[in-house]
Amino acid sequence: MIELLSAQSGPAFPVLNAIIIVPALGALVVVLLPNSRPEMMRPIGAIFSSIAAAMSLYVMAQFSSHDPGFQFESIQSWIPALGINWHVGVDGISLWLVVLTGLITPIVLLGVDPHHDPKPYTAWLLLLQAGSFGAFLSLDLFLFFVMFEIVLVPMYMLIGGWGYDDRRYAATKFFLYTMAGSALMLVAIVSVATLSAGDQGITFNVIELAQRQALSTNTARWCFLAFALAFVIKVPIFPVHTWLPDAHTQAPTAGSVVLAAVMLKLGTYGLLRFGLYLFPEASVWSAPTLATLGVIGVVYGAVVATMQKDLKRLVAYSSVAHMGFIVLGIFAFTTQSLEGGVLQMVNHGLSTGALFLLVGMLYERRKTRAIEELSGIQSAAPIFAGFFTIVMLSSIGVPGLNGFVGEFLILIGSYDTRRWWTIIAATGVILAALYLLWAYQRVFHGEPTPADEATPDLTLREGLILAPFVVGIVFLGVYPKPVLDRIEPAVNELIAHIENHSDYERPNPADPVVVDHNQSSKDDH
Amino acid sequence: MSLLPLVGFTGPSIDWWALLPQVILLGAALLILLVSALAPQRTSISFATATTVCASVTAWIVAFGLWNDIKNEGPSASIASALAIDGFSIFFTMLVLIALTITALLAHSYLGREGIDPPEFHALLLCSAAGAIVMASANDLIVIFLGLEALSIGLYVMIAMHARRPEAREAAMKYFVLGAFSSAFLLYGIALTYGSTGSTNLIHIRDYLNAVVFRDQHLLMAAMALLLVGFSFKVAAAPFHFWAPDVYQGAPSPVTGWMASIAKAAGFAALLRIFFAAFANYDADWSPIVAVLAVLTLLVGAVMAILQNDVKRMLAFSSVSHAGYVLVAVQSASASGTSAALFYLFTYTFMVLGTFAIVGAMGTDGEHPLDRYSGLGRSRPVLAMTFTILLLAQAGVPLTSGFVGKFQVIAAAVEDRGYVLAAVAMLSAVISAFMYLRIVMAMYVADDEVEGPSPKLHWTVSVVLIGVTGFTLLIGIVPQFLIEMAEDAVPVLIRG
Repeated sequence: MIELLSAQSGPAFPVLNAIIIVPALGALVVVLLPNSRPEMMRPIGAIFSSIAAAMSLYVMAQFSSHDPGFQFESIQSWIPALGINWHVGVDGISLWLVVLTGLITPIVLLGVDPHHDPKPYTAWLLLLQAGSFGAFLSLDLFLFFVMFEIVLVPMYMLIGGWGYDDRRYAATKFFLYTMAGSALMLVAIVSVATLSAGDQGITFNVIELAQRQALSTNTARWCFLAFALAFVIKVPIFPVHTWLPDAHTQAPTAGSVVLAAVMLKLGTYGLLRFGLYLFPEASVWSAPTLATLGVIGVVYGAVVATMQKDLKRLVAYSSVAHMGFIVLGIFAFTTQSLEGGVLQMVNHGLSTGALFLLVGMLYERRKTRAIEELSGIQSAAPIFAGFFTIVMLSSIGVPGLNGFVGEFLILIGSYDTRRWWTIIAATGVILAALYLLWAYQRVFHGEPTPADEATPDLTLREGLILAPFVVGIVFLGVYPKPVLDRIEPAVNELIAHIENHSDYERPNPADPVVVDHNQSSKDDH
Repeated sequence: MSLLPLVGFTGPSIDWWALLPQVILLGAALLILLVSALAPQRTSISFATATTVCASVTAWIVAFGLWNDIKNEGPSASIASALAIDGFSIFFTMLVLIALTITALLAHSYLGREGIDPPEFHALLLCSAAGAIVMASANDLIVIFLGLEALSIGLYVMIAMHARRPEAREAAMKYFVLGAFSSAFLLYGIALTYGSTGSTNLIHIRDYLNAVVFRDQHLLMAAMALLLVGFSFKVAAAPFHFWAPDVYQGAPSPVTGWMASIAKAAGFAALLRIFFAAFANYDADWSPIVAVLAVLTLLVGAVMAILQNDVKRMLAFSSVSHAGYVLVAVQSASASGTSAALFYLFTYTFMVLGTFAIVGAMGTDGEHPLDRYSGLGRSRPVLAMTFTILLLAQAGVPLTSGFVGKFQVIAAAVEDRGYVLAAVAMLSAVISAFMYLRIVMAMYVADDEVEGPSPKLHWTVSVVLIGVTGFTLLIGIVPQFLIEMAEDAVPVLIRG
C-alpha cells in the first residue's frame, strides 16, 4: 500500500491510486468496527467514500482540457514475473465516469437505508466504489480484468443480502452472465499480450498494445469479439440483456442505483477503451452489427418497457434502450457521436440512478411497485411528483435537460455514417416519451385511493439526496460545454487512432452546426 | 565408514541431509507408535498431533535450507540417481509438509470430537506424507511406485479410521480396490517402459529416448498410455474419476482434504517428472492425449458438480474439475506450463484444505445437504465469509490465489496456441462457479425464521482457517514470490 502511494512516476501525489485505495481502506475499517454501534457504520463509510469523491473532484479540477492523452498517470511494478503493472491514468473518456462513481456512492450510502446489517452493507458498497474506480482508471489489461471481475462480488452480495424475494435467482444470474462474458475476454487478454510480445517483451500496458497493433487482422477480430462479448453482456445489448431486469428488480435500491449509474458503464466504457482503442480495424469491421444490435436494443427496450407492470422493471428496460443509444454512438465513429456517447453515459447515470432512487422511495412508502396499485400520488406528494417529473423529462430527452444534449449529439453524429440506424433509433426517443409519460400518468394522476392519499411527501433528507442529481441534470442540459470540452480531445484522438489503423475515414460534415463544432475543437489544439 | 562389515560391497553414496525431511517424518511416526505401545495410557491425541506438527515444522525448516542450497549449488541426485534433489522435489516437499501440518491440526479436532483415540492416525499420516515426498522426488519409476504405495496404503486405513461408520468402510474399500486397480495399470506401464527403454531410471530413459529412434514405437506408446491411465486414476481425471465422489463423501473430512490436495499433487508431481522431463522428446505423442483428458475432466467435473445436492459431493466434482486445470497446464509441455501447474497445485492445496476444514466442522455424519448451510451468513458471519472467500477463490475470482493460478494456466495454454483449450477451461470455470454460488447463496439468502447453524470450531480449525484464507488472499494480491518459486521448481533430470 505504501509503495502504491509513493509513486515513482507521474504527479507528486498519486491521486488516482489514492482514489482506489481509500474506499477499500474504508471497507476494512468498517469491517473492524465493533458491532455494538450499528448506526455508526454508514456515516463512517460515507466519510471514506466522500474523501474519494473529493479526490475525484480534485482530478476533475486539475484535468487539462487540452491534453488528449492520459493524465495523472502512475505506474508501479506489480507482478514482474508476468509483465503486469499497476498502471492507472485518466483521460477525457474516463474522467466523468470517475466523477460520477465518486459522487453516486456517498449519496446512496447515506441516502438509502438498508434496514438490516449496516456493516456488511457499507463495506460492500465501499468495495464496489473502489472496484469501479479501478476499472475506469486502469491502463493495464490484467488490472482492468481484476477490477472488472471483482466488482461482481460486492454487487452479488448486495443483491443476495438486501434484495427482494427472488434475489437468489437474480444474484446468481447476474454473476454468471457477467462471468461467462468475461471468461473469453481473459483468454483474449492473454492472447493479445502474448501475440503482441514479439521482441519487445510481454506487456499488458493498454497504451503500448494499442500502439503496437501487432496482431494479424483475423486474430484481432477474434480477440475483439471476445472482448466485445464481455462488454456487450455488461452494457447490456439485446439479446444478452436478460440478466438486467432481474438484477435491477431484485436488487436493493442502492444496488440498483450503482448498477445503473456505474456498473453498466463498464460495458460501454470497455467498448471504447479496449474495443475501439486496441482493435480499431476489428471495430470498424464489426460496427454495422454492433450498431444494429444497439438500435434493436433501443426499440426493443422501449417497447418492452411500455408493457411493464412493475415500475422498477420499467426503468430497467428503459436502461436497455438508453444504453442502446450509447452503443450506436460509439460505433458511428464521429466526434459528435462519440462525445454524445460519453456524455450520455453520465446522463444515464444521473437520470436512471435518480429514477431508481425515486422508485425506491415510493416502495418504502407503499411497499409496492406495481403501477396498477398506484394512482394519484401527485395530490398527496407534490414535491415527490415534481422531482419525478424533472428526472423523467431528462430521461425522455426534453431540451434543456441533460438527456437531450447526449441523445442529440449521438443522433446528429451518427446520421453521417449510419443514416438508417439513426432514423430508427430516433423513434426510440418518441417511445421513451410514450412509456415514461404513460407510467407517470397512471401513477401520479388519476383518482387517488385512500392508500394513495396517505402517501407521505418527500422528507428534507430525501430532497437533499435527490438535489445533486437534479442539479447535474439541469446543469448538463443548459451548459454542457465544460464537460464536452474535456471529452472532445480524447474522443478526437481515439478517432484519429482508428483512422490510422484502419481504412475508415471520418466523413466531411455537411451540417453547419457540426462544422462550427469541429472548428472550435481545432482552435483548442 | 570402516565400521561397516560389508567388505566388497560399495553402496551408493547417500546424501542424508537431502533425505532428512523424509527421515524426520518416518522417525516421528515410529516415535508415536513406540510411545503408544510402551505407555498406552499416557499417549493422547494431543501428543500425536504435537509430535506430527513438530516433525513437520522441523522438516520444513530443513527443506527450506535445501531450497536455498539448490539455488546456490544447483540440483543434484542421490542414491545412485534414484532420488532427485532439485527445486521440483523441494517445492513439493514444502507443500506436503504444509498440508501435513494443516491435516494433523484438523484431524486433531476431528478425532477428539468423534472420540477416536488411536494415535495410529497420525503415524499413518506421517507415512503417507513421506510417501508423497518420495513420489515427488523419485528419479526412478520403481521408486515412484514405492512412494505411491506408501502414500496410498496410509490413506486406505485413514479413510476407514472411523470404524463405526459404514460409509467410511465402504469408501475405504472402494478406494482400496480402485487404487490397487490403478496401481496395476501403473506397474504394467512401468514394465513396458522398461521393456522399450531398458531402464526404470528416468535419466536413462530420457538419454535412451534422445539417442535412439524407434523403428516401431508401439511398445513405448502403450507404456505411456498405461502410465497416463494409472495416474489419471490417482489424480481423479475423467473418465477415471468415478471413485472420487463416493470416496470423498465417505471419508472423514480431514482425510478428504488430504486426498484432494496431496494425493492429487503427488500424482501430478510424478506425472510431470515422467512425462515433462523423461518423455520430453515424445510430447507430440502424449500432449494431445493429455489435452483430451483435460477437456473431459474440466467439463465432467464442472457439469457433474452443479447436479449434486450434497456439498461434499459438489466439492468432490469440483476437485475433479481442478485436476482438469492442472492437466491443461501439463499438456502445454513447456516450462511455463509446468510452473503454472506447480503454482496451481500449491495454491489449490490451501483452498481445498480450508474448504474441507469448514465442511468437516459443519457436519459429522455422512450427509452434507446444502440446507445445512442455510443461514450461516447470519449466525456465523465470519465463518461464512471465510467459506465464501475459499469458494470464490476456487471459482477463480480475482484478488484470490485461485485467479492467479487460472491466469497462469490460461497463459501457458495460449502460449502453446491452445486457444480452444483455454476457452473450454474458462467456460468450465463459469459452470463450476454456479455450484460455488449455490453454496454461497445458501449461506446468505435464507428465510428469516431459519436460525442458522452454529458449529463449534476447535481452536486448531480456527488457526488453520485463518492461515489458509490469509494465504489465499495474500497470493491473490502479491503472487510474485510464489510465481518465482514455481519457476525455479521446474523438474530437471540430473545424474547424482
